[in-house]
Amino acid sequence: MSRGSEPLLRVSGLRTWYPIRQGLMRRTTGWVQAASDVAFTIEPGETLALVGESGCGKSTVGRSILRLEHPQAGEVVFEGRDLLALEAHELRAARQRLQIIFQDPMASLDPRMRIREQIAEGMQSFGIGRDDQERGERVAALLARVQLDPATMDRYPHEFSGGQRQRICIARALAVEPRLIVCDESVSALDVSIQAQILNLLRELQDELGISYLFITHDLSVVRYLAHEVAVMYLGQIVEQGPTDRVFEAPAHPYTRGLLAAIPSIDPARRSAAPAVLGDVPSPSDPPSGCYFHTRCPEVMDRCRSEAPSIVSLEQGGSRCLLSEPRTEPRG
Amino acid sequence: MTALLEVRDLCTAFPSGQGALRVVDGVSFDLARGEVLALVGESGSGKSMTALSALRLVPKPGRVVGGEVRLDGENLMDLSVTEMRRIRGGRVGMIFQEPMTCLNPVVRVGAQVVEAIRLHEPVSKAEARERARSLFAEVGIPDPEARLDAHPHELSGGLKQRVMIAMALSTRPEILIADEPTTALDVTVQAQILSLLRDLQRERNAAILLITHDLGIVNELADRVAVMYAGRLVEVAERAALLEDPRHPYTQGLLRSIPALSAPGEALPEIPGVVPSPDQWPRGCRFSTRCPRRFEPCAETFPAETTPAPGRRVWCHEVETTEGEDAR
Repeated sequence: MSRGSEPLLRVSGLRTWYPIRQGLMRRTTGWVQAASDVAFTIEPGETLALVGESGCGKSTVGRSILRLEHPQAGEVVFEGRDLLALEAHELRAARQRLQIIFQDPMASLDPRMRIREQIAEGMQSFGIGRDDQERGERVAALLARVQLDPATMDRYPHEFSGGQRQRICIARALAVEPRLIVCDESVSALDVSIQAQILNLLRELQDELGISYLFITHDLSVVRYLAHEVAVMYLGQIVEQGPTDRVFEAPAHPYTRGLLAAIPSIDPARRSAAPAVLGDVPSPSDPPSGCYFHTRCPEVMDRCRSEAPSIVSLEQGGSRCLLSEPRTEPRG
Repeated sequence: MTALLEVRDLCTAFPSGQGALRVVDGVSFDLARGEVLALVGESGSGKSMTALSALRLVPKPGRVVGGEVRLDGENLMDLSVTEMRRIRGGRVGMIFQEPMTCLNPVVRVGAQVVEAIRLHEPVSKAEARERARSLFAEVGIPDPEARLDAHPHELSGGLKQRVMIAMALSTRPEILIADEPTTALDVTVQAQILSLLRDLQRERNAAILLITHDLGIVNELADRVAVMYAGRLVEVAERAALLEDPRHPYTQGLLRSIPALSAPGEALPEIPGVVPSPDQWPRGCRFSTRCPRRFEPCAETFPAETTPAPGRRVWCHEVETTEGEDAR
């Protein structure tokens, strides 16, 4: 998807597998195939939503980009440099431009540190702000920007509600002036009225500062509101990818269609019929043969059990499905 | 015809530094035979506590301080502990969000269902096992015979939830209390469980008290909806009426703040502020601190119940005032 210039982030061929070690010698007896052959790009000022159900590998991808995991293969080119090839000290500098916000703000905030210190910590280590006073002023401005009272900066995390804590995490991420923020289920634990506030805030910040987001979520209903592009993951692979409107209005992969159909609607005239996708997600340490989705696919064909759909059609903006591959006559 | 379950003026309080906090405050509703009533609210609304109070399962130091809960006319608050135990898991079955909170991790799931059946009915082990097997089949567990001998950890989240539903159904309950039964599940599995609950409810004509924060699930399953905010009911109505034409400002805000799948673009309408904690509840209407249509009486006095349409109950000063004008 070339737009003339290099994208902010280009991930290609990313593979992160976790070894399963067993026995006295801790020999590797298998692999949890958390992410395989993952590829996507994020443009400056845009949002890519990475969606899927639990265990699909979406968080692994987010963490791999930040090198919080150890990918075995692939490239993560951020602002022109491959993060996977960087030395530790170079990586540290790159991380200033690349932040992450998690689902549970309480787990990522230090309960014994005042929020002023936590927000200023990153600035200090990246040399932003001349002295404590200047950093204090920046903290106040950041808190005001995420709609918290700057007068609360000397409080501790437990004195805030869940939604307010997530605002603090956003302020902390913004403090080091990132270009890309990975949001890993960042609104999933919030009540819907609070979730709306945080989603609005994220979008305002993007409009103002031109930040990009990699928005990782299991909840497709928030994706439409926030994302320019969507990538749907299933068992460690991206199965469909494209502009948000296209994916929602004309989903190409049977799994995407099933996911969209499964979301309970609040339209009283619409109560869904029988569920489209049956059964449970298979284990990522022993994925099915052929197409990984064939065990649950309502449109399964014989070929699907043996033939793995290729990624070529995916790069053309389609889906990883034999049905969306250009028709080729079987030979001989 | 009287309702199967009548909850009247139920109040539950927890002691605190500032005196007793009424986390459930004057809640009244009926549940008819074969009806699905959804109790909806955000965290801290008191929806789960209302169900726990009705079953007399309020965790200490909280306790029910007032009201009645009548099952077929009999007040559960007057029953002895033993009688109450026979009701729970007997005429009233329960399903929770996290199946592992009610499954024993070291006992095979079949044995757990057999035990539940034999606790309430004098049947032989073999008979109970046969019933467990047919229940497993009924709730859509593939290969039920083999699954009876599985331990909980060998089952996926969706299968564990099905086991819990089978266990809840094992004593042929008239009422099923389902507290966020699909919240921990993936969306494709959630759709399967919702469809299962709908089928079971129809086939068995069981009443369901469904506790959820998700209005989409309400739409899928409920006949009627009761919306709670900060320990009190704010609106009760038929499903379609509530979703199409919410009257209480809180219900309206809640519905608007759901990101629509079909309408991207504009900023999401927010409900400003946060749900206040129980020690900061306003004296009057509890939603008054966040309400866009607040006026004089709201902060000071509780709104009375109004019935703007048949089957609809609203607790809001504004609705009260406009209804009064309409009547004139």
